[in-house]
Amino acid sequence: MLELSGITQIFGGVTALDTVTFSIAKGDITGVIGPNGAGKTTLFNIITGIYRQTAGTVLLEGKNVTGFPPERLARLAMVRTFQNIELFGGMTVLENVMVGMHTKSSSGLLACALKMPWSISEERRIREGAAKWLEFTGILDLSEHAASSLPFGQGRLLEIARALAAMPRIILMDEPAAGLNSQETLALAQLIKRIRDLGITVVLVEHDMELVMDICDRIVVLNLGRKLAEGTPREIQENTEVIAAYLGDDD
Amino acid sequence: MKKDFLLFVAFSLLVMAAPQYFRGGYMMNVLVFVGINTMLAIALNLLLGYAGQISLGHAGFFGLGAYLSGIMTTTFSLNPWVAMPVAAFVVGCLAGLIGFPVLKLKGHYLAMATLGLGIIFFIIFNETYEWTGGPSGLSGIPNLQLGSIVFDSDVKNYYLIWGVTLAVMLFALNLANSRVGRALRAVHDSEVAAQVLGVNARLLKVQIFALSAIICSLAGSLYAHTMTFISPTSFGFNFSIELLTMVVIGGLGSIYGSFLGAALLTLLPEFLRGANDYDIIIYGGLLMVMVMYMPGGLVRGIPALYRKIIKPKGEAGHA
Amino acid sequence: MQFDQILQYTLSGLSTGAIYALIGIGFSIIYNATGIINFAQGEFVMLGGLFTLSCLEFLKLPLWAAIPCAITASTVVGILFERLAIRPLRQPTPINLVIITIGGSILIRGLAMLVWGKDTHSVTPFSGDTPIAIGGATILPQHLWILAITLIIIIINKLYFYHTISGKAMRACSYNRRAAGLVGIDVRRMVLFSFIISSAMGAVAGIIIAPLTMTAYDVGVMLGLKGFCAAIIGGMSSGLSTVIGGLILGVLESLGAGLISSGYKDAIAFIILLLILFIRPQGLFGKSDSERV
Repeated sequence: MLELSGITQIFGGVTALDTVTFSIAKGDITGVIGPNGAGKTTLFNIITGIYRQTAGTVLLEGKNVTGFPPERLARLAMVRTFQNIELFGGMTVLENVMVGMHTKSSSGLLACALKMPWSISEERRIREGAAKWLEFTGILDLSEHAASSLPFGQGRLLEIARALAAMPRIILMDEPAAGLNSQETLALAQLIKRIRDLGITVVLVEHDMELVMDICDRIVVLNLGRKLAEGTPREIQENTEVIAAYLGDDD
Repeated sequence: MKKDFLLFVAFSLLVMAAPQYFRGGYMMNVLVFVGINTMLAIALNLLLGYAGQISLGHAGFFGLGAYLSGIMTTTFSLNPWVAMPVAAFVVGCLAGLIGFPVLKLKGHYLAMATLGLGIIFFIIFNETYEWTGGPSGLSGIPNLQLGSIVFDSDVKNYYLIWGVTLAVMLFALNLANSRVGRALRAVHDSEVAAQVLGVNARLLKVQIFALSAIICSLAGSLYAHTMTFISPTSFGFNFSIELLTMVVIGGLGSIYGSFLGAALLTLLPEFLRGANDYDIIIYGGLLMVMVMYMPGGLVRGIPALYRKIIKPKGEAGHA
Repeated sequence: MQFDQILQYTLSGLSTGAIYALIGIGFSIIYNATGIINFAQGEFVMLGGLFTLSCLEFLKLPLWAAIPCAITASTVVGILFERLAIRPLRQPTPINLVIITIGGSILIRGLAMLVWGKDTHSVTPFSGDTPIAIGGATILPQHLWILAITLIIIIINKLYFYHTISGKAMRACSYNRRAAGLVGIDVRRMVLFSFIISSAMGAVAGIIIAPLTMTAYDVGVMLGLKGFCAAIIGGMSSGLSTVIGGLILGVLESLGAGLISSGYKDAIAFIILLLILFIRPQGLFGKSDSERV
């Protein structure tokens, strides 16, 4: 599904990522873990086209997408969520998810402004589709609320619903459990599994080890910008190098 | 949806009926200006209120439309109905072209760059006097004509201008509540989140900048053909600021707010006759007070104020 | 002949350039301390000139006393502006800051129009107006005053930023406001300081140029924008780069006006401004991450 090879990122002399290479299988839930400063979020920013890496290539479903801007990657069915949720605060919950369907709709500026028949029917389709994803994440009853008024946990669910509305084949989540209480985290685990069951490949950066070990099919460990290990949760738990890296840090 | 439509119909009826109550050429003339300013405020609001991109040079596009129309119909004796779309097309292309480098800039830098653009246009209007007549202006611009009706009286102009203004309003209202309008607001709230959802923020910003410039150009052409005389002073930096004031006072991101702002700022000087030169103090004060105490503009501020003052008395029904 | 002309234009360009540099540094100081582009910066230039005029003509003060009075008065306006407009702002987004400083600038200009009227006023030069010949060109004593005072201000500015506690604290704010706050620097006070310094510098610029160009309630707009242009050329530095930016702008403008067309003189600054913003937004001399103070 996603193949990274030799990803290197240098920020003004500091090597944030050093020839990171791994691939992610279709339909898996893959966790990317590592102590603080390991380069996890940087890696996500590179994969999703927000940063341009110093070296290395990214293949998405066999296609070389190195250096593609984020909006083009979205059209290739890759979306992401952010560590500090990025909602459209001035819009309602429903409208947020409707923006998620941007790539699945096509009415242009003039068609929208002139209310052409096809844009009206497309608008209806967008509205219904958005409602469906709000229902999937369990926040349909909030659809008319202002997005900025949601508590953090529900904001997270909204962000996921919005990403799903783009009907991705792969979704990257940057610390989805950060800021959630234990009950919300449990619900999140279920939600992520349900997303996988839709046939969507899931990649997540996460600090909550319990969550990662519970839901991930495979785990990639980064430390100080390098790949330290890769394997099933069991293999990772038994890997002495990984244990040493984590003991050095008190995460 | 239905409610929005009814509101628009009610507003249109009010506009169409207004001449019944404001007989007298002078007031009609002022209302014509309200219409033109409403169009301009909507144009700026689409850019500033929806896409979150400031422009302090919109008077330049307004002037460009007016001068292009004026020059084509006087020097080249073109039919105004042909000149207007040609002017709008040229201005749209120009804005699209300038838009790519300009809209790469953000915040303060964008403000300064657009301000610079506006001033460059203003200097061009003044200096290319063989075309524009320079500071003394361009006169003898023909009125618009439809069959045997010549739009040369205040009442006829009122209906002409307001017909177009209502069309622009409807256009903007539709756009605001559509896929593209949502994408614009998304770019405003979080550009990076919009991008990862597939919104081409850069292209969208340029599109809306060009559309905004086209509306300004159209308003400029109409202004030229109703006034039949134009001079650079109407298109300077101060007018760009006046437009900004209208949008901020009315309410960023509200189309009816743009009308309110335009109406207020156009009518205000009429009520303040005698204090004529001092209207800039009022603009400055209004801008500051609004940003500090009513950042949502009148359309949101007045209902909020109403709730604050009136509601506590009727607390019983609050639950 | 041609050479003499160029020398003449260059010399007079240098003195207007020095004014742009002073205004530009004012922009940079506030920008570096707060992230705000103060659209009202030009108004302090106007205030400096007009307050001097009032001190001379109404209070009948001698020049040496009128100047400090005018600077003080302008600075008080700067303090009021920061206290009443910038500090109370509840949502200090860039757009709100742009709008509020524009509002402030219009308000100050409007009030100045109330006080001093719409006429253009002339201020007597500091030491006569007998031209001094340099090569084939001549300059006025006021030109020398401008260059000398600008030089002194820049030196004081440098000493302040590098050799006083509050100057160093201000530099710390420009690198990282949050970190500066964490080590105990009162960031809000630094913001106020930045407004004090730049309104005083703006006023000085206005005072020394007034005898050359005359002054009126609306001179601040253009001077402010040109000063901003100098700051952009200098990459928003409050040091030498902006001075050079101002001088380059002044000379180019003067040469352009003299040799090409005086009508387009003002356009030159804005074309340079746009080109720099499009091509090298970090300024002519800056690396993308260079030192700002």
